[in-house]
Amino acid sequence: MVTIMQRFQKMRSGRAKREDLAIQKTSEKRSSKVETSPIDIAPNDPIVAYFLSSPGATEIDKLHLDSPALRAIKLAGIKVVIPLISQGELVGLLNLGPRMSEQDYSTYDRTLLNDLATQAAPALRVAQLVREQRSQALERERIEQELRVARLIQKTLLPQELPSLPGWHLESYYQPARAVGGDFYDFLYFEDGRLGILIGDVTDKGVPAALVMATTRSILRSNAYGALSPGKVLEQTNNLLHPDIPPNMFVTCLYAILDPLSGQLQYANAGHDLPYWRHKGGLSELRATGMPLGLMPGMAYEEKEAILAPGDSVLLYSDGLVEAHNTKRDMFGFPRLMALLGEYKGNMPVIDLLLGQLAEFTGSEWEQEDDVTLVTLRRSESSGESEIITMSTPHIDEKPGDEDWRVLTEMSIASEPGNERQAMEQVGQAVRALNLPERRLEKLKTAVAEATMNAMEHGNKYQPDKPVTIQVLVSQAALMVRIRDQGNGKPIAEPHTPDLEAKLAELQSPRGWGLFLIKNLVDDVHVISDEHHHTLELILYLEGDNHDSKKS
Amino acid sequence: MTAKSLEAQVRHQPRVAIIDLHGEINAFAEDVLNKAYAEAESRRAEVILLNFSDVDYINSTGIALIVSLLARARKSKRRLLACGLSDHYVEIFQITRLVDFMSVFPDEKSALAEEGRASITSSPE
Repeated sequence: MVTIMQRFQKMRSGRAKREDLAIQKTSEKRSSKVETSPIDIAPNDPIVAYFLSSPGATEIDKLHLDSPALRAIKLAGIKVVIPLISQGELVGLLNLGPRMSEQDYSTYDRTLLNDLATQAAPALRVAQLVREQRSQALERERIEQELRVARLIQKTLLPQELPSLPGWHLESYYQPARAVGGDFYDFLYFEDGRLGILIGDVTDKGVPAALVMATTRSILRSNAYGALSPGKVLEQTNNLLHPDIPPNMFVTCLYAILDPLSGQLQYANAGHDLPYWRHKGGLSELRATGMPLGLMPGMAYEEKEAILAPGDSVLLYSDGLVEAHNTKRDMFGFPRLMALLGEYKGNMPVIDLLLGQLAEFTGSEWEQEDDVTLVTLRRSESSGESEIITMSTPHIDEKPGDEDWRVLTEMSIASEPGNERQAMEQVGQAVRALNLPERRLEKLKTAVAEATMNAMEHGNKYQPDKPVTIQVLVSQAALMVRIRDQGNGKPIAEPHTPDLEAKLAELQSPRGWGLFLIKNLVDDVHVISDEHHHTLELILYLEGDNHDSKKS
Repeated sequence: MTAKSLEAQVRHQPRVAIIDLHGEINAFAEDVLNKAYAEAESRRAEVILLNFSDVDYINSTGIALIVSLLARARKSKRRLLACGLSDHYVEIFQITRLVDFMSVFPDEKSALAEEGRASITSSPE
């Protein structure tokens, strides 16, 4: 019937505190079955001072103190207590109930128990320390694991590749802090050729920030693909996010839509750091007002626009850059950033310049406090009105005009849903004489159908009076199907590989396969945009087509 | 030329619902496809087999509809299978990587046989 007080708690300082001591109560006195419940001993309970000053076996019935712990010990039926003291600290109590023989404990018993306590106290203290260390190690492991999860969430959701827009140059940089903040950026590809650019920062760090970032990104993407203007996208995102975002968290975010042809940049800002626009006249902030997302519902977001001329550039960034501190606790700050951008000569990528200056400012011992995210957008000096995008390596001798192309057929298709079938069948008929292998022909027909659909839907907006014209041409070496719409000259986005995992997770629209399929079904694709038309040229090489082709 | 509409019938077997598709899978097919899928789910089928043997045209919008069905199936822990695709559309399923997420069989018989084997050795995903 001996119980050792055994409830110890982890200490902030790593040392046991007396308030955490507890004893176990013996409620059954004459049975080997003991039910116990811990009793806490307050740190200022006089019994603690008593035991520290009078170590050794103590008969409880002879002890008279105004002590709640003593009352609890008596109530539990304990007769003798032997304090366990290690390095001047009470680490436990050895509690004994009445002897089975109902006789008092003898002097011999007490000597034995005192000897036992002398041995047990340091052992118990060691056990307590081991337990504390194990618990601290587990806590550290838990935090590390949480950081790994947060990093993974963030890494998965950031763009895997940069947009490739003719006449434009985009760069990005993202470096998470050790504690992982909630920075994010994203690019959205609209079928009319415009590019959406998002940059944001979630307050807080770790997994909570990463989860809010993931949710916000999904809502933003979903709203953005709903063809809304930047201000409306932020407004709707704010309204959807507000009920679900944890208290004291919010998201700053800037959303811009670039029309690569005209250079028009429309933007709205939910409390994010203002982007800088470098232009011939100097450096300007792109200023638009709006509250951060998730703070309060029903907010409106100002919409602004800038026209980026050839040679202009824009820097989007997160506060991890401007709020970085050096060893003297000075902040990198906006004035320094503005001065750097103002003096920038364009002789190196602006991101390299900023990171170099940041490293110089913070020194090598810097522990990064927050995520650093940078996105730059620059319009080439030579950016013209018409661009030709070649989606795969062009052959010098394949361009129309460089060789003798013969027109096999020409047709005009009304822009009505379903009419792409007509185009694919007519093209199929026109190339019959070429005896293409069946699978090559199937691929060509599917590519023609997809290109015609895009032309009817995105170029001609399904206006029946705006037909899609199709020419089938053949040369010695190749077959070409030229599909032209009457679009307004906005360039067609390059096909990017659709992210099927994101689509299956319903993080992205399930659509967006057309250009990707076309590119994978024929040998080459040329996209030509001018002021009045988009033209897609689908090329199949005939060499060796009877027939072992590189794509069949 | 007007687009052929899609028709779909659902056959229920123990654990498996088979959706027989006839016609074209394009933007016009959305309602029919979604209704057929809901009907297939209604008797708690663990596996849904899309039978494409009478489908002669699938465009990129149709691929998007199939992606949506696959997302729904994964959400409700059902397996979605496909059979009866022509070689050309098997290749389209390969290009789009749909084959990484749904097993594709030459015909219904082989799909059901494989599914039968799978159900003996393991529970559905």
